[in-house]
Amino acid sequence: MSARPSLLEVEELHAFYGKSHILQGVSFRVEEGEIVSLLGRNGAGRSTTVKAIMGEVPPQGRIRFKGRDIAGLPPHRIARLGLGYVPENRDIFPGLTVRQNLELGIKDPRRQGRWTVADMFKLFPNLEARADVPGGVLSGGEQQMLTMCRTLMGDPALVMIDEPTEGLAPLVVEQVARLLDEIARRGVAILLVEQKLTIALRISRRLYVMGHGRVVFEGTPASLRADPALRREWLEV
Amino acid sequence: MFDLIVLSVFNGLIYGLLLFMLSSGLTLIFSMMGVLNFAHASVYMAGAYFAYSLTPYLGFWGALIAAPFLAGLVGAAVERFGLRHVHGHGHVAELLFTFGLAYLIEEFVHLVWGRNPLDQRPPPLLDFPLFTFAGIDFPAFKVFMIVVALGMFVALWLILTRTRIGLIVQAALTHPHTVGNLGHDVPTVFTLVFATGSALAGLAGVMGGIHLVTNPGMAQALGPIVFVVIVVGGLGSLAGALIASILIGLLQTFAIAVDASLADFLRLFGLQVTRATPGWEVWSITLAQIGPMLPYLLLVLMLMLRPRGLLGSRDS
Ligand SMILES: Nc1ncnc2c1ncn2[C@@H]1O[C@H](COP(=O)(O)OP(=O)(O)OP(=O)(O)O)[C@@H](O)[C@H]1O
Ligand SMILES: [Mg+2]
Repeated sequence: MSARPSLLEVEELHAFYGKSHILQGVSFRVEEGEIVSLLGRNGAGRSTTVKAIMGEVPPQGRIRFKGRDIAGLPPHRIARLGLGYVPENRDIFPGLTVRQNLELGIKDPRRQGRWTVADMFKLFPNLEARADVPGGVLSGGEQQMLTMCRTLMGDPALVMIDEPTEGLAPLVVEQVARLLDEIARRGVAILLVEQKLTIALRISRRLYVMGHGRVVFEGTPASLRADPALRREWLEV
Repeated sequence: MFDLIVLSVFNGLIYGLLLFMLSSGLTLIFSMMGVLNFAHASVYMAGAYFAYSLTPYLGFWGALIAAPFLAGLVGAAVERFGLRHVHGHGHVAELLFTFGLAYLIEEFVHLVWGRNPLDQRPPPLLDFPLFTFAGIDFPAFKVFMIVVALGMFVALWLILTRTRIGLIVQAALTHPHTVGNLGHDVPTVFTLVFATGSALAGLAGVMGGIHLVTNPGMAQALGPIVFVVIVVGGLGSLAGALIASILIGLLQTFAIAVDASLADFLRLFGLQVTRATPGWEVWSITLAQIGPMLPYLLLVLMLMLRPRGLLGSRDS
């Protein structure tokens, strides 16, 4: 363990929907440039965790990003500190063109970040071919790519991606995996929320498994592979 | 006959464009907040009164700029210090807030300017007939109103579609959370849109106060029709608001100009309908009499048949 503070540190995070106590003391961390996965079954509380970090759901507990306390800040302030978020619903702006969607990801047009529109088009020629059509007409897979690329245009130091492969064909899942590799190659840390193990085991350095609003396992892909009982109890359906 | 048609088109256009100046701001605010702003027409009225009080000091042209600016400030303050806090308590609370605000503004107007209508004249520079067509004089001031309203439409359109802030506004109209997550300060964008919408309503008020009469009933007279416009035009659609405004403007002026009843219509087919005919009360109602009903008829039909309006992109 390094003496420096982690990029993202979450300690004893609690969150509520009305009266129901959804997150019951979640703790984990993500280091600079690291790929970490947050796994768990439906309803385990993974999406609520990233929403609480982003400030979309009121968080209770300690959340530190780049050494700053961010619990309670509004989402746009958190985003401006360099925390990117790709929600699970592929929320593109359907009336705006693909190019305009990407441009809206840029926070400050005067600053040149790690990613340009040209980079995105090189990675996904599909998007370039459809640059000037409304985002709403893209296929599900293309929309997933577009939301991820849009968040990257804001040049985050850590990007939280909620179930990017859900409901996608195997070929498209491969494309998502390639983009994740590219993100990591450029030194951007990833918090990957997933249900399936395939991609998570392949690319993560560390993994957390959540169940009933708590972290029930923390380890490496190798230690998760070696623990079938844990997988049966918390992951497999 | 021809001159009557020309006159009705001209008046319908002016009335419609006045509606547009109000509805353009309101449709953006409505789309953003998800609730009707009942106080919008009151800001229009305030614009007329601001202009009345500022004109002696600044002249018409000064007031044309200062009054909308004041109205915009009022709008910004209402959003920032009022609505934003009410927002957390849900749409009903927001609705009631704007409802109360409309009455507050009206009472304020009573207190400061009294209940009597105030006469405002067009500035000397625009107080002459610009041209004559089909035997009708077209006053320069009315033509000026048309030019300002159309200029406003073009300017808003360019800002919304060609500038970065316009794109952010467009996206925030339908997906405020996503826009916030991308690092854009959505609350400030909302304040800006609210202020701009209020300033445009104030601008409409400056001209409406001269074109119609500056009086405490101004807001009530236009408010409900503006709601019809934004529903018919489609929530959040600027072009829809323009089309619906002109449609309703023309519909109303033409209806008022036509003094014919169903009885007259039936007579065309040789059916004699007289006072003795059963149901004479219904047959004798003229189109001019039902004119004020037509916008609301359109509203009801639109909600039943096409709830997203002419050009709206999402259901209301
Ligand atoms: N808006 C909401 N209101 C009330 N309860 C909610 C809301 N959103 C989620 N929940 C509840 O919170 C719990 C955790 O949900 P969450 O979305 O975080 O799960 P998840 O791990 O992301 O799973 P998945 O996305 O597969 O459903 C669930 O029991 C869910 O029913
Ligand atoms: Mg989820």
